[in-house]
Amino acid sequence: MRRVMWILLSNPLSVIGLLLVGTVIFSAVFADFIAPFPSHRGAVVDFSNFNQPPHWPNIFGTDLVGRDLFSRILFAYRISLMLGVVVLAIAVPIGVTVGLAAGYLGGWVEFALMRLTDVFLSIPPLVLAMSVMGLLEPTLTNGMLAVTTMWWPWYARLVYNITRSESQEGYVLAAEIIGASRLHIMFREILPNCVPSIVTKMTLDLGFVILIASSLSFLGLGVQAPTPDLGSMVAEGGNYLPDSWWLTVFPSLAILIAVFGFNLLGDALRQILGGDT
Amino acid sequence: MHLPHFLRVTRIIMSPVVQLLVKRLSISIIVLIGVSMLIFTIARIIPGDPARIALGPNATAEQVANLRDKLHLDEPIYIQYAKFVSDFAHGDLGISLYTNRPVTTDIAQFLPATLELVFVAGIFMIGFGIPLGILSARYRGRVADNIIRVVSLLGVSAPSFVWAVILMLLFAFFLPLFPIAGQISDTLPVPPRITGFLLIDSLLAGDFKVFASAAHHIVLPAFALALSGIGQAARLTRANMVETYDKPYIEMAQSYGFPEKRIANRYAFRPSLIPSLTIIGLDFAAMLGNAFLVEAVYAWPGLSRYGVQVILRKDLNAIVGTVLVISATFLVVNIIVDLLIAFINPRIRYAGRS
Amino acid sequence: MSKPILSIDDLKLTFKIYGNQVDVLHGISLHIAHGEKVALVGESGSGKSVTARIILGLLQELTAARISGSLQFEGVDLEKLSRRDRRALRGTRMSMIFQDPTSSLNPVYPINTQFYDVLRRGNAKISVKDARMRALSLLEDVSIPEPERVLDSYSFQMSGGMNQRVMIAMALANEPSLLIADEPGTALDVTVQAQTLHLMRDLVERRGTSVLFISHNLGVVREFADRVYVIYRGRIVEQAPTRELFHNPGHAYTKALMAAVPRITGGGIPDLPADNKHFEDPMVDRFREDVQ
Repeated sequence: MRRVMWILLSNPLSVIGLLLVGTVIFSAVFADFIAPFPSHRGAVVDFSNFNQPPHWPNIFGTDLVGRDLFSRILFAYRISLMLGVVVLAIAVPIGVTVGLAAGYLGGWVEFALMRLTDVFLSIPPLVLAMSVMGLLEPTLTNGMLAVTTMWWPWYARLVYNITRSESQEGYVLAAEIIGASRLHIMFREILPNCVPSIVTKMTLDLGFVILIASSLSFLGLGVQAPTPDLGSMVAEGGNYLPDSWWLTVFPSLAILIAVFGFNLLGDALRQILGGDT
Repeated sequence: MHLPHFLRVTRIIMSPVVQLLVKRLSISIIVLIGVSMLIFTIARIIPGDPARIALGPNATAEQVANLRDKLHLDEPIYIQYAKFVSDFAHGDLGISLYTNRPVTTDIAQFLPATLELVFVAGIFMIGFGIPLGILSARYRGRVADNIIRVVSLLGVSAPSFVWAVILMLLFAFFLPLFPIAGQISDTLPVPPRITGFLLIDSLLAGDFKVFASAAHHIVLPAFALALSGIGQAARLTRANMVETYDKPYIEMAQSYGFPEKRIANRYAFRPSLIPSLTIIGLDFAAMLGNAFLVEAVYAWPGLSRYGVQVILRKDLNAIVGTVLVISATFLVVNIIVDLLIAFINPRIRYAGRS
Repeated sequence: MSKPILSIDDLKLTFKIYGNQVDVLHGISLHIAHGEKVALVGESGSGKSVTARIILGLLQELTAARISGSLQFEGVDLEKLSRRDRRALRGTRMSMIFQDPTSSLNPVYPINTQFYDVLRRGNAKISVKDARMRALSLLEDVSIPEPERVLDSYSFQMSGGMNQRVMIAMALANEPSLLIADEPGTALDVTVQAQTLHLMRDLVERRGTSVLFISHNLGVVREFADRVYVIYRGRIVEQAPTRELFHNPGHAYTKALMAAVPRITGGGIPDLPADNKHFEDPMVDRFREDVQ
């Protein structure tokens, strides 16, 4: 663990990654205290100060109904992160179990599970999420559901590939010879060897969930107003380019910074922990 | 006399590449059936009455009942699916409730523009991404490598609508190098529709002015769409090549003093292209979805607006049709990728022969 | 005796990894005369392979490697040459044979393509047709029965022994004055290894090529080398003509190494202690002729 930290801190890029991720998480958690206008996360209207370019105290400017963009971006981070954590908390266990079962048990279980995974993987991710989201009502819960349906197959495939090669290893054979149960071999012998790859992928994916969720809301298929959301902010502001540039540029940069941070950190972890994603 | 010829024919038929093609095609068909069942089921288990939503709140109960009847909504789901499959076999995907036209007509109208955008983006992805990855791997650990790595990581770190907006601001508004939106200048006549691909149709019509305008219009949206793919392709190529650089055959090439450029472009690149290509195929699929985002920003007349509208209106036939066509396109791309891999990987080409 | 083809003096190598320094070579010196076959023997991790890679100039490209000492090849100080001039020697004046022939040949190109690249090192203007003719005759020299077919094959389609012959043919293609063989054929089975080693010995003797033969296998060294250097943890502990070394090993480590050769006649595999203070004894040098 100390070695991990040491290597992380010795590479300037991973330090930047850590800082970006730290900032994003910090501002999401403490949005209530940092945001200059915490009430602007909701349906507030201030027509005396609408669509203003950056100025003090609205350092990122104000939106079309006069809300502080900076405050709204902080609260949007909170929702994006929450969504990411929940999606991964559901998708990872499902994907890991499917991958382990398919990779270790083989036979018809493997065929059925991996073809099912293929079905999900052969619909472009965004299109699948859009269809699920569009058919349901666009709420936060359904957004999580939509993103989860497109996310688990990637973990299934990752764990499946590792399991297939690990199954050939001596320690698995040894466990089989002493008569360990299949469940024991899958979850206690093989799974620990998948953990580095899973952890690395999860770090990267926190960024990508934010990315996909913002894409859904950009198309109007995500979280609904007045909840602040980075994707819908960009979509709204897009109609007012180039004059009201701040409406799109700041939320766009907010997405870029968050995802970039998670990617830098994930990359660094991949180099340290090894493991493919 | 006949026997050798017969043998030669069976040899072609049984050649590993053909076997692979047959295997891939059959798996793709199974997967496509799976996709249709999945999306068909999702479309029908949702809450709310699609007929009621389609007709709006002012429709009478009788109208709704008629539409439910027309869509077979009152029958068990497996009967509905069977009807769907038999219609599909006749090239019929049903009527869109949004446009009141056959879904196949709608898709035939909107799909080519999307495909054109995705193909040009795909060319950008391969044409920029792979060479950047090769350079990065060749100069691994040095300044050029670090710059390329940061830039390609930035590329994958934003959804394509963010790039679309940023590129539009920079290169259409701030520096007016490219048009802001659309597929072609309003003042130019649209060439007769032959393939539906504007770049090809304009060439077929011999109208180079239209071609130039279309090419000019496609650069920004295609680049916005390609940016994350470029980053991904560069990262992947680099990662696989760096791994290949540790192989004994690279050390052997270095011990013979082959030029570094030749080692990079041939000895290290080609073996590492094989694992990269599969993922590049998947990225192509992602672009089919991301095209929706870019089209929305650049008012591109593709499937995007149609797709979003039919989803918002719960237009069952159109949703199923659109998803199915996109998935089929994706599967075709993957089969092409698999064949390419077989072509560059002699292990597959010569499998079973020695 | 004439000037040596290769002479190494006080070669030191240190790796710097994450702020840690690892000393790999503690100042080794060795020389190889014209047409001489010299073996460098030691257990894995003793520094044999890095020495070979330093001679070729491959290790110098790693930023983590710190190298000092002098390397003279054909009377030229290698460390004074530019990168470009050093590279010009590789594949022409010196070449190398690797441990595992099958994985040392590129799997996506047929032998023909790789042979062409090798021959172009010797003659940049050689035509594809001439290169093929030359490759065919070189493959015949290494007793390959169907050279045409081999040229059009891929490494994975051929046996390890066949690939090893191809490697030997490539290594000698441009008539180098020094051939470095790093554990050649260790990945092959014993009989095939013996066959290809005999073949290699015949070829280098006929051409007068000097050889640096790196191995952990004393039996093979005894068959092949004129003179032996024994290396232990980055230090040369003994050098002697082969016959003398085997007849009467001088250094404690050499003795232990010889005792560690498993014998068919029984007794199992003797122990080679991981550590023994006598292994650090000063070098035993029984080389009598004065090279200078």
